Amino acid sequence: MNSMLLILLMGLFAGCLGAILGIGGGMIITPILTIMMGLDIKYAIGASIISVIATSSGSTIAYLKDDMLNLRVAMFLEIATTVGAIMGALLVGLFSSSFLYVLFGFFLLYSTYNMVRKLMDKKGENVYMGHDPIVDKLNLANTYYDKSEQKQVDYSMKNVPGGFIMMWAAGLASGLLGIGSGAFKVIAMDTIMKMPLKPSSATSNLMMGVTAAASATVYFFNGSIRPDIAGPLAIGVLIGATVGARIMQVLKPKIIRMIFIPIILYMGVQMVLKGFGVNF
Amino acid sequence: MHEEMRKVELIIGKILRIGVVTSAIVIVIGIMLYFLNGSGYSEGFPTRFSTIINGIVAGKSYAIIMLGIFLLILTPVLRVVVSIYAFYKEKDTMYVVITTVVLVILIIAMLLGYRS
Repeated sequence: MNSMLLILLMGLFAGCLGAILGIGGGMIITPILTIMMGLDIKYAIGASIISVIATSSGSTIAYLKDDMLNLRVAMFLEIATTVGAIMGALLVGLFSSSFLYVLFGFFLLYSTYNMVRKLMDKKGENVYMGHDPIVDKLNLANTYYDKSEQKQVDYSMKNVPGGFIMMWAAGLASGLLGIGSGAFKVIAMDTIMKMPLKPSSATSNLMMGVTAAASATVYFFNGSIRPDIAGPLAIGVLIGATVGARIMQVLKPKIIRMIFIPIILYMGVQMVLKGFGVNF
Repeated sequence: MHEEMRKVELIIGKILRIGVVTSAIVIVIGIMLYFLNGSGYSEGFPTRFSTIINGIVAGKSYAIIMLGIFLLILTPVLRVVVSIYAFYKEKDTMYVVITTVVLVILIIAMLLGYRS
């Protein structure tokens, strides 16, 4: 009872943060389950992939209703992530768990680096409005209402092929590591394709469910998903993501980054060290 | 153009909510049964369709939770399927094709997952 309650609370927290950042709960779930609860990495990955799907579906309901995400961008780029996810899931048995820890840790550190760089950007949140033949052809330009600034924001984007390749890598990481790899997806849209951060985060949330669904079947049928862990976790994450999707819309991205950077930096360092056999 | 997209999004959102709520209810029922009667298994838990179905028929909590989790895994698939219909309804042929490609890849991935 106590452990299920604890997992549910962790899910609430992970779902809320995941929905806000567009990065999926996996980044939070896996380290907590393995490091704090001592769970085998196999079950932690299975649980975190379920949390990614719950974050995605839970938050997407709100983001669809509030017109926050870009459905066409999601659909087009999902081709890349699903192909990547299949390749990653097929390769997963070939790596040891200490190697996975190191890889996980470096993913967290890489995300930290990206968040710091974004935070230091003096220019703030520019909206790209230029024209691009691929964007026009695929009809990707869109609009969203920013509740924190109380205005309608029209936006375009560029470098769709670059984003497409990044999305493939994100799918590969998802299949290989059992994470939503939403950080990559947000970076692909926000940094490479120059989409505004909020639709990038909302669209990443939408996409990571599809990417994760592909790998989740593998984990479901090979026994990596334990009902006593994934069940309460899913419920917690669904509730958390619903709340998080509301909070995200009234928050300024800069504040969220400042809270999150030290957390993932700490977890990243810890997991890399664990991969090399150092526990603390 | 944006008005069409709104309609598409609202249709998808509505169906997605039904899928998510259904899977959540099944998981919650499973968890409540677990506290009443235990897992229903002396060790482990069911991971194949046949054992899960047998477990549900016997009212075993772990089997019911696994069903709920599987339904949750299907919600992104449901979203893709509904998207195809919604784009079709809005006569957006290019995105009917793109979304169908995503669905085909996704089904291949899931079949690979079931076989492994």
